[in-house]
Amino acid sequence: MIKTLSLISILIFSLSAHAAAEHPDVLVMEPYIELHTGPGRGYPVFHVVAGGGSIRILKRRTNWFLIETNDRRPISGWAKHRDMRMTATSLEDDGSAIYAVFPGYDRSIPAKWRWTIAGGDFGRAAAISTALAYRLTPNIAVQLEGTQILGEFSDGKMLNVSIQHYPFPLWRVSPYFQLGAGVLQTEPSATLVQAEDRIDNTLLVGGGLNVFLGRRFNLFLDFRRHTVLTSRDDNEEIDEWKLGFNVSF
Amino acid sequence: METGLQRILLIAKLKVRLKQVSYLGRYLALASLGFALPATAEESLSIEDLGLTPVLERREVKIAGIDTEDFAVGISGGLFSVEDFESNPIAIAHLTYHVTEDFFVQARFAQSELGESSFDRLSGGAQLLGSEDKDITFYDLSLGVNVFPGETFIWDRWAVNSTFYFVGGVGATQFAGSDRFTINGGVGYRLIANDFLAFNFQVRDHVFDTEITGSKKATHNIELGAGFSIFF
Repeated sequence: MIKTLSLISILIFSLSAHAAAEHPDVLVMEPYIELHTGPGRGYPVFHVVAGGGSIRILKRRTNWFLIETNDRRPISGWAKHRDMRMTATSLEDDGSAIYAVFPGYDRSIPAKWRWTIAGGDFGRAAAISTALAYRLTPNIAVQLEGTQILGEFSDGKMLNVSIQHYPFPLWRVSPYFQLGAGVLQTEPSATLVQAEDRIDNTLLVGGGLNVFLGRRFNLFLDFRRHTVLTSRDDNEEIDEWKLGFNVSF
Repeated sequence: METGLQRILLIAKLKVRLKQVSYLGRYLALASLGFALPATAEESLSIEDLGLTPVLERREVKIAGIDTEDFAVGISGGLFSVEDFESNPIAIAHLTYHVTEDFFVQARFAQSELGESSFDRLSGGAQLLGSEDKDITFYDLSLGVNVFPGETFIWDRWAVNSTFYFVGGVGATQFAGSDRFTINGGVGYRLIANDFLAFNFQVRDHVFDTEITGSKKATHNIELGAGFSIFF
């Protein structure tokens, strides 16, 4: 488990470090922008930048931007995304503006990566899973998922790779279908006789519903039927139900 | 009765509708095969085909690579009280993703030890658990919600941004040689020191089943801790 967690964290570290930070200078096109001391509605307003003023965007946290005024003595504070929608990168001679674009807040601009956490039932045992998915096209994503299964008579660990198809990615409640394969390691409880660890290959087919809750934030319900390719005469079929959250970034 | 002109307009409208229907049909057919919506530009007339040259220059839209700091990593330490097994120091590593200013998701990994149980003390030498089972580790995946954001005043001199949060989730605890499904829930307090550093204080209850003392029962195990996180 430590290994899995450290792998996930290394992956996330490398993801966030992929782009060199830019600090664009923009013009305030709203009548004014309020600067808060922190990135949240509860933190007090301590400064106001008037319309037409020039500001520099330093970084973003959730729906807030850390900005700095382009003055001789710069003042920095946090501005709400809603107040920044009109900010322009430059003003043309005819008075028109090129607006600064901040993607990733909208259902219509789906993000590339998705992190999922979920809990549920795997053949009457408790299952906890976490997954990282990458969107290849607006409709298709590939997902790597690790699951821990905690049952009364046996525990297990499962690693899956699946491909998911979203026929209607922009719907508020968006269905999806999935196909995949993986490995399942089963460890019977120590108190049972003939306790023997098993590693089996699995195939999965399933589907689910993704419910858009807010910016980059979804609730999902997932069903999978796993076919465990055992070394016995018959394959084993196990149903898995999960409820969880995913975030896009 | 419609006039000749109206009839022409109606026919044109109908043709457009038919076109839309055929697009829908094609989309459904392709979607079932797993393809994205194809471009249908080759069907419609482009401006150049009509012999017109657009006067407007197309503007290049460049998306600025603004540094996004929604992730935070951190460590915390404190006390972990395990039912029947005393309280012991705990070390926790955590990774948090702030989805909005209100919600966050968090993955944590923690390690602690078990103390002496009442059985160990009363039995006169016999140990309930072997020495290799004296460690307890857990991981959890949780969802948190920030509530009551505001300022905390430290005497007259400082005002620090802070927020309370509720957090809860699922995980697994490795206890007495096996993994146990664990539900956790709690409340915390975050002091936001500056643009990249925050301090956390929290209390969480971890509930899991054990049968170590005879019959199966749900145990409540309280974690009390303080730590910091760095946004990146």
